[in-house]
Amino acid sequence: MTAFVAQRLLATIPVLVMVALFVFLMLRLTPGDPAAIIAGDNATPVQIEEIRERLGLNDPLPTQLAIWAGKLLQGDLGESFFFKKKVTELILQRVEPTLALATTTMIITLLVAIPLGVLAAYRQGGWLDRTVMGFSVAGFSVPVFVLGYLLIYVFAVELKWFPVQGYKSISAGLWPFLHRLILPSLTLSVIYIALIARITRASVIDVLGEDYIRTAKAKGLTNRTVLVKHALRNAAVPIVTIVGIGIALLIGGVVVTESVYNIPGLGRLTVDAVLGRDYPTIQAVILVFSFVYVLINLVIDLSYTLLDPRIRY
Amino acid sequence: MTSPDLVDSAAQAAASAERPGLLRQLSRNPSVVFGTVVLLVMVVLGLLAPALDTLDPAGIDPAWRNKRPGTEHTITLPSGQELEYVHRMGTDSLGRDLYSRVLYGARISLVVGLAVAVISIAVGLVIGLLAGYVRWLDGVAMRVMDGLMAIPGILLAIGLVSLWGAGLATVIIAIAVPEIPRVVRLVRSIVLSIREEPYVEAAISVGTPLVPILYRHVLPNTIAPLLVQGTYVCASAILVEAILSFLGVGIPPETPTWGNIMAEGRVLFQVFPHNILFPGVFLALTILAVNLLGDGLRDTLDPRMAKRF
Repeated sequence: MTAFVAQRLLATIPVLVMVALFVFLMLRLTPGDPAAIIAGDNATPVQIEEIRERLGLNDPLPTQLAIWAGKLLQGDLGESFFFKKKVTELILQRVEPTLALATTTMIITLLVAIPLGVLAAYRQGGWLDRTVMGFSVAGFSVPVFVLGYLLIYVFAVELKWFPVQGYKSISAGLWPFLHRLILPSLTLSVIYIALIARITRASVIDVLGEDYIRTAKAKGLTNRTVLVKHALRNAAVPIVTIVGIGIALLIGGVVVTESVYNIPGLGRLTVDAVLGRDYPTIQAVILVFSFVYVLINLVIDLSYTLLDPRIRY
Repeated sequence: MTSPDLVDSAAQAAASAERPGLLRQLSRNPSVVFGTVVLLVMVVLGLLAPALDTLDPAGIDPAWRNKRPGTEHTITLPSGQELEYVHRMGTDSLGRDLYSRVLYGARISLVVGLAVAVISIAVGLVIGLLAGYVRWLDGVAMRVMDGLMAIPGILLAIGLVSLWGAGLATVIIAIAVPEIPRVVRLVRSIVLSIREEPYVEAAISVGTPLVPILYRHVLPNTIAPLLVQGTYVCASAILVEAILSFLGVGIPPETPTWGNIMAEGRVLFQVFPHNILFPGVFLALTILAVNLLGDGLRDTLDPRMAKRF
């Protein structure tokens, strides 16, 4: 077990190095003069030179890489052009709303998608199954921002149940916090529910064909026990895998949802940084999101042993 | 010994027996039919936009801003002629006719979807074939792909566009790059299983060089899965392009794209929801059509994959 954990941790390192290398090379291998592009069309040569200096583009490539990697290892992600602050500080300020949004989205998704998937599998071919499958195709196709505006229009503008936009920290009280978070989380969870419900259904259907399910039914267990204790438990590994892979989808969705609902999180920071030509911040956000994505998937890999005692390393 | 002619004609007979069957199978699949019809409608709307009673999609009219759908309008043409025109979908905050912009917007979405699918499949196919067949390359290529896959696609596209500047070509490439690793993995896995097949071993044993083996034996096996993968890439590309435009980091705002129309409409959205509604419906419908087409193709062409989902 310890050997397995160590081996998985070690296998993650090359991926993280590769990601960092990509993010580093993205700027350096841009056709043309990256400093001029970042400075914009109206920049003077002095401004361009200043940007080149601040990004360290005047040194030879290996030197640049060494300096950049050295800073990265110390948690120094550079300094924002636009916000005139350390990027690390900037990111820490913006983490809370994104974390809140992602967590509520995840809770809604799991509460809705797993029961739906299990029921659809149980009644395979029935109306519920067809509805879930139809919803899952539709959920993949309606863009997050279209759905977001649709929900805002119906529930905030017409019905006035929720505020249109904005974010309140949890320190302002639980209700104001949740009240503003419900619509964005619902918006973001739709595509994720579509994905997870579909996988849950497929994976439970697979398990329902097994002999031990027939045995469990034959010895008189209730449908509920069979579905939850026997089928779902054994279908858990593929579901959890997709939850992990889907984090990439969630991160993309966060960027859009935060823009639609005006939530000052990391997603909004990304868009603001692009519009403000704030390259160090863009670079840092991509790096942080990718690292989080890789690490969540590492944790999920490690959790397989808990979910399925047959998996031993 | 069987004569080569006989084998050839048998193969031809098998192929010709299969072909009409496949088409009929596809035409019986409701997902394929719905997807194809909707896509064809979108293609026609996009191509024939100038002939479908549209105005200049970039034509600004400050006096006719934010009109609701169905507003009638007497336009004085440059020639002095007067034209009675109905703004079927209303106008945006610069007085541009929304119906015209939505129709022209179909062009960008379809071009981006198709171009991204073709580019990512082509590049992924070449890298995947090489990685699957050239041992020393495999490790390196797959590590690079793992790294690329670890960066969430939309973020990577945003990062690339922010560096390369906004424009149709850069948007297409920026969306295609994050899609490549998935294609590479798919092709590589097919190659790895095909190269163990007896007929490939037989071809190698009679001294067939690498390139004909790839071309004759490996490549045909990749067509069906890549066609399916290509439709999914296309759907995702249309979505990502709209997202980039919507966030203001995609194709320049004066170009009519569905994402741009929505980005422009978001400020006054609470009063004039039609600016978001119409392009949103077209966008969702197009993506739905491509996804359904993909599902239908997968069910007919690749039953093994269909069983999983």
